[in-house]
Amino acid sequence: MLDSKIPPGKLEDKWNDYKGHVKLVNPANKRKLEVIIVGTGLAGASAAAALGELGYRVKAYCFQDSPRRAHSIAAQGGINAAKNYQNDGDSVFRLFYDTIKGGDYRARESNVHRLAEVSVNIIDQCVAQGVPFAREYGGLLNNRSFGGTQVKRTFYAAGQTGQQLLIGAYQALERQVALGNVTMYSRHEMLDIVKIDGKARGIICRNLVTGELERHFGHAVLLCSGGYGNVFYLSTNAMGSNVTAAWKAHKQGAYFGNPCFTQIHPTCIPVTGDHQSKLTLMSESLRNDGRIWVPKKKDDPRKANDIPEDERDYYLERRYPAFGNLVPRDVASRAAKERCDAGYGVGTTKQAVYLDFKYNLINKYGKTEAGKQGIENPDQETLIRLGKEVVKEEYGNLFDMYEKITGENPYEVPMRIYPAVHYTMGGLWVDYELMTSVTGLYALGECNFSDHGANRLGASALMQGLADGYFVIPYTLGNYLADEIGTKPIPTTHEAFVEAEKAVADRINKLMNIKGKQSVESLHKRLGKIMWEKCGMARNAQGLKEAIDEIRALKKEFWSDVRIPGEINEMNPELDKANRVADFIELGELMCIDALNRAESCGGHFREESQTEDGEALRHDDQFMYVSAWEYKGDSDWQLNKEELNYEVIKPTQRNYK
Amino acid sequence: MEHYTMNLTLKVWKQKNKDVRGSFETYRVKDISSEMSFLEMFDVLNEQLVHEGKEPIAFDHDCREGICGMCSMYINGRPHGPWHGTTTCQLHMRAFKDGDTIVVEPWRANSFAVIKDLIVDRGAFDRIIQAGGFISVNTGNAQDGNNIPIEKEKADQAFAAAACIGCGACVAACKNSSAMLFVSAKVSHLALLPQGAPEKRTRVLNMIAQMDKEGFGACTNTGACEAVCPKEISLENIARLNKEYLGAAATIDK
Repeated sequence: MLDSKIPPGKLEDKWNDYKGHVKLVNPANKRKLEVIIVGTGLAGASAAAALGELGYRVKAYCFQDSPRRAHSIAAQGGINAAKNYQNDGDSVFRLFYDTIKGGDYRARESNVHRLAEVSVNIIDQCVAQGVPFAREYGGLLNNRSFGGTQVKRTFYAAGQTGQQLLIGAYQALERQVALGNVTMYSRHEMLDIVKIDGKARGIICRNLVTGELERHFGHAVLLCSGGYGNVFYLSTNAMGSNVTAAWKAHKQGAYFGNPCFTQIHPTCIPVTGDHQSKLTLMSESLRNDGRIWVPKKKDDPRKANDIPEDERDYYLERRYPAFGNLVPRDVASRAAKERCDAGYGVGTTKQAVYLDFKYNLINKYGKTEAGKQGIENPDQETLIRLGKEVVKEEYGNLFDMYEKITGENPYEVPMRIYPAVHYTMGGLWVDYELMTSVTGLYALGECNFSDHGANRLGASALMQGLADGYFVIPYTLGNYLADEIGTKPIPTTHEAFVEAEKAVADRINKLMNIKGKQSVESLHKRLGKIMWEKCGMARNAQGLKEAIDEIRALKKEFWSDVRIPGEINEMNPELDKANRVADFIELGELMCIDALNRAESCGGHFREESQTEDGEALRHDDQFMYVSAWEYKGDSDWQLNKEELNYEVIKPTQRNYK
Repeated sequence: MEHYTMNLTLKVWKQKNKDVRGSFETYRVKDISSEMSFLEMFDVLNEQLVHEGKEPIAFDHDCREGICGMCSMYINGRPHGPWHGTTTCQLHMRAFKDGDTIVVEPWRANSFAVIKDLIVDRGAFDRIIQAGGFISVNTGNAQDGNNIPIEKEKADQAFAAAACIGCGACVAACKNSSAMLFVSAKVSHLALLPQGAPEKRTRVLNMIAQMDKEGFGACTNTGACEAVCPKEISLENIARLNKEYLGAAATIDK
């Protein structure tokens, strides 16, 4: 029933063979075909630009005031590519292998191999667009290392890589707007998919400035709407990041894949109080140069700099000597939680560990710089000063951000960090062509489930977003649209559009007329608390069952007691939020159901009942070597479909970073 | 870092939509923690307003980590408030003390119409980019990234210019509402790179023409833009833009 449409043949030939035999649409016909793209982050902007260049008539939508604001912009550390510019043993196969292993063997081999193949094209494309990647003195591209790998394959632009890549894609998109190939709808939010004869044929969206509902037709609809980390309320996502577009698609028949696979990022600035609205990431690239530690003594009252070297526990280096501070994110997060739970946490809340740069300031950067400048026998102070200059160039914006938020200078004292929700590997189920289980409806980037299994490696989200948008969808979409060239644009007076708009309007009216007592924000916070406590870094059957009941109760409360001020036909941010939170509540329930069903630990999904003797995630390949693809059947009612994962090239083993 | 709490008076611009006149409203907030961000203080105020059955204040914000460029408050007469090189979302309440009165307005510029309360329409920036803020290269025909060596210093300068987040603080700070810092950052980013060279003349002419068409004022080099830019985009970019513009205007075939 679930056909993933993986092409036959050897793994390394599949994508080439596919491209060689895929159906094409001639340029004259492309002009007659309309494509809707929801979301303008890396996946959406790159898809809009690439499809516009091909000549399709593209309509792109974002809820922000400009496509340049999409949350891809906040990605910090870098983008992976198997260029092997460092001559350190990288290859397409190794990037493929690292990604599958990093994902704890829960991703589809064929998709991941394709991702690794096109990774090299992405870097070339971005350089051609003028993305200012970091360079060596010889003028060539520089690399840094990231977690879960032993090669340096991450391309970067200081701590603003996402910004620079997104602006590259945004500029390419705006160029197509200028050429008339793309029409941009900003401050618009998609509120439903319109299906006609089983195919996605358009969307209903709300103009967030006027509050009016609009109908838009497309021969195909592409969702590029990002992840759903904000279901936890506190996450590193932007305030507006939401699941609504993906959730509406799910309710229209698109299966939701592995919803419980959430990435908790190990290095974020810790929570300070109830007022907190979001959490801020400190890039994984900092783990290149920072060493993570806690005091060896419980509840040590001393300041970090007063604790001598031999009284510090560099627990990642101790537990994982081969990868040290560069273990994958799920492993690093759990290790931090383990230390804090055991009473070794630092800071006022004791829910933090240190990320310390002093060692590398002196030894790595200071000494190298002193050598370059010919300073003999430099003293400690000189080394620190020289080291700081280098670190400032590499990570200056991150250090500044840390200081603004915490009021502490991380060049002088170690950063305090703690894990936080960051990325969602789960998402809409898609086949090899990125089509969901609804014909003509596609999902790209973080909003699909496809490439990262149960845990994403650092610097791979940017790679996937751009791979899907620039290099995959231009081929796979043509394969579908080639059979649609005879379909005339369907007028939006068609009854399917009328009915869909009415359903959206009814729901908005219902929300506005509850006129209860509780704010959207307070209900969202409560949902987040349930999710974080019972479906967060560690999960167990009893907690998940409780969470499901609590979420169902919260849903009732939301629909009977939420208060949304203002009116429908005007700009109304509270109404926008209410629409999103209502969907998050439903999603939260499904995530807990999925987490309960998957009675194994894998990657970021850690079931306490399933761990090895030394506390590592223990998979059960005999029972769970599948993608959970949940089919929406009705209110709180889902059916589980399974896509079996067949590993033909890689042999799944217990992940080992020791 | 010592933490403390404070009570504040806020005078905030309220405006229902672009067609009606707005005015200042006064609000009071209590027990604001010095650890909060400025926008979290607004969250507290809005939560309070919802509970009182009043309409909350609309403001633009998204990433809350100083990179998306969406937040845009004019705080005590200065875009993004008192801290140097900081967006509104990264401004923290440590910058204020108990008993302070804080005045908050939207960006003020004819080219940025107020949509509601503190939210303005910055679509003009997108249209300026459409006029030429890109390199015309279609997907799929790029050469190997390392075939184009770029002098590190040039690459670093291009990166510094490309750090612009398009928030519009430069326009809000300028007495002429000029968009020169924004435009010059993009012109510089692309002109400094060899990939941007083939289009450098048409790019600068077209972007400036669009900037004028959008109604932004002229630049008189007072430097107010640079002083408030959260990404510390340098005034040197404007000098570079002027050079590019003169060169292009003198040599282009009409």
